[in-house]
Amino acid sequence: MTTDTAPPAAADERVRQVSTVTRLLTRPELGAIVATIVVWVFFAVVAWDNNFVSWSTSAAILNRAAPLGLLAIAVALLMIGGEFDLSIGSLLGWSGMVIMLLVTPTNAGGWGWSLWPAVALALVIALISGFLNGVLVVSTRLPSFIITLGSLFIFRGLAVAIPRIRTNRTQLGGMDEVSGFDLADALFGTDITLFGASFDIAIVWWIGLTLLATFVLLRTQFGNWVFGAGGDANAARNTGVPVTRVKIILFMTTAFAAFLVAIIQAVQFNGSDSLRGTLQEFNAIIAVVVGGTLLTGGYGSVVGAMFGALIFAMVQQGIIITGVDGDWFRVFVGGVLVLAVIFNNFIRTQAARR
Amino acid sequence: MTTPTTTEAPLLEVKHLSKYFGSVIALEDVSMFVRAGEVTCLLGDNGAGKSTLIKALSGVHKPTKGEYLFDGTKREFDSPREALELGIATVYQDLAMIPLMSIWRNFFLGSEPKKGFGPFRTFDVDFAKQTTREEMAKMGIDIRDPDQPVGTLSGGERQSVAIARAVYFGAKVLILDEPTAALGVKQAGVVLRYVVQAKQRGIGVILITHNPHHAYPVGDHFVILRRGQIYGDYTKDEIGLDQLVQMMAGGADLEALSHELESATRADSDEAEALRKAAAGFAEEAKEAGGD
Repeated sequence: MTTDTAPPAAADERVRQVSTVTRLLTRPELGAIVATIVVWVFFAVVAWDNNFVSWSTSAAILNRAAPLGLLAIAVALLMIGGEFDLSIGSLLGWSGMVIMLLVTPTNAGGWGWSLWPAVALALVIALISGFLNGVLVVSTRLPSFIITLGSLFIFRGLAVAIPRIRTNRTQLGGMDEVSGFDLADALFGTDITLFGASFDIAIVWWIGLTLLATFVLLRTQFGNWVFGAGGDANAARNTGVPVTRVKIILFMTTAFAAFLVAIIQAVQFNGSDSLRGTLQEFNAIIAVVVGGTLLTGGYGSVVGAMFGALIFAMVQQGIIITGVDGDWFRVFVGGVLVLAVIFNNFIRTQAARR
Repeated sequence: MTTPTTTEAPLLEVKHLSKYFGSVIALEDVSMFVRAGEVTCLLGDNGAGKSTLIKALSGVHKPTKGEYLFDGTKREFDSPREALELGIATVYQDLAMIPLMSIWRNFFLGSEPKKGFGPFRTFDVDFAKQTTREEMAKMGIDIRDPDQPVGTLSGGERQSVAIARAVYFGAKVLILDEPTAALGVKQAGVVLRYVVQAKQRGIGVILITHNPHHAYPVGDHFVILRRGQIYGDYTKDEIGLDQLVQMMAGGADLEALSHELESATRADSDEAEALRKAAAGFAEEAKEAGGD
């Protein structure tokens, strides 16, 4: 404010001076960051007496957001790449059941494996599932919406049917008795106590992988290919981007995320449930879309998806602690989703305008 | 019909190339070539098979029959990437650009510059932004902000980005698909000047157009394609601009006439269709008369 800044040397008369705010508004994640603050302030005021602004509530919110956020990272990449995956919620349930079936003692209908081989096999199964989703989408050229809707039912059906045949149950516990659990517990189930509140180690995974995915998206060749494949698959192919390979890898990434959340939750809850992960595929899409990613692909942000998951968890936790009937949560989330899509569309038309 | 002006071997050549899509014969027995430092113009009306030929040349379509020679060696491509690696770069009509992506991301899409080692090799973003700005400046275009989405550029600017990209990546053969079609007079001039510049740098240019006025000043060879077949193949010595225009005129008349009929009889589309067919018949005759 004290001195006049010199005008830039090669100023072009065609460049309109746009304010920093307008520039920032074209960042995909900005809407989600603003919304996070608005939602937080809203509950801070409304639920002040219910202790919303506290370390324990903050920990509860983050613990809720982490598994959803982990899924949302992969879903964001996939959606920027122009595809959907509706099967991750049921793949999550199925992967958890695979691990528990393999480690359950043989006298209880399981295979009696130790933990890590079971985890490894579950990982392989998840990656193959993602690979098949991708190959089917790419080779049939059908909408991924339809293909993965099919796999949603297949995985959920497997998660219920096979445990029921083998063990006559759809919930399998007792993971802590299996050899190899200690390491798994340290990696996926540790609670970190800070400021008197208990934070899950899943939060570390969530934030770490968000940073990694952001780096990959913005600073690697693969990231550029993801934008290209989602923005215009034909154009990308014409410039030599291996679109097919990119899309298959992205489907394998969402499958990996489902597997990772499956093992984290299996360790946390000391077992698996056939219905675990139900509706998580939609929650993840909501988090991603609220985070500024376009449904049509080619534009979006992993950091935005992180804030999307945070908003989701904040609203959920806020509604629980204010004692409002939990049924209203869905109404609220639906409303937020529609608003987010309208906002994103507005942004896109701004960006694409001449 | 062809008498080569020089005896130098062609850089890129196709011989007796055919391409079928099911029962549709898109190209039949097409032979053409381009030498280094020359411009071969490929002229033809809409639906003549130009786009299919370009896609066969650039490695998108595998020809059903025929030979593809690059630098005298027989080639077969599984993807446009393979053609690109040999230096056969194509600038498509739809520009192969992604509107929502920034200029620098588009410029290097598919051939990203990298820094670092092994698994830590990353996209060298600073280099990409700087190079994009420099290369565009060489074409005389001052891009305002490399972070701008390509969707915000004008048609001429997008075309320039696409051509600059191809030249930057060391194209030996540059295939330009209707580069002047959507441009104003001045911008078309800029693009044509760039075609000449590319030719002088020793690049073989295949210029696809349906405008003989754009083709004649820059071209060394003129290949006229009609209904998927070679209709005429001339060097510049063999044909004047007038003749070239005349050969193309049948097509242009047809276009004008069918547009006229379309607007006149839009109320009844069946009638319009019948008239369009009649017009096509007349235009055929006119074309054949002009060609002889």
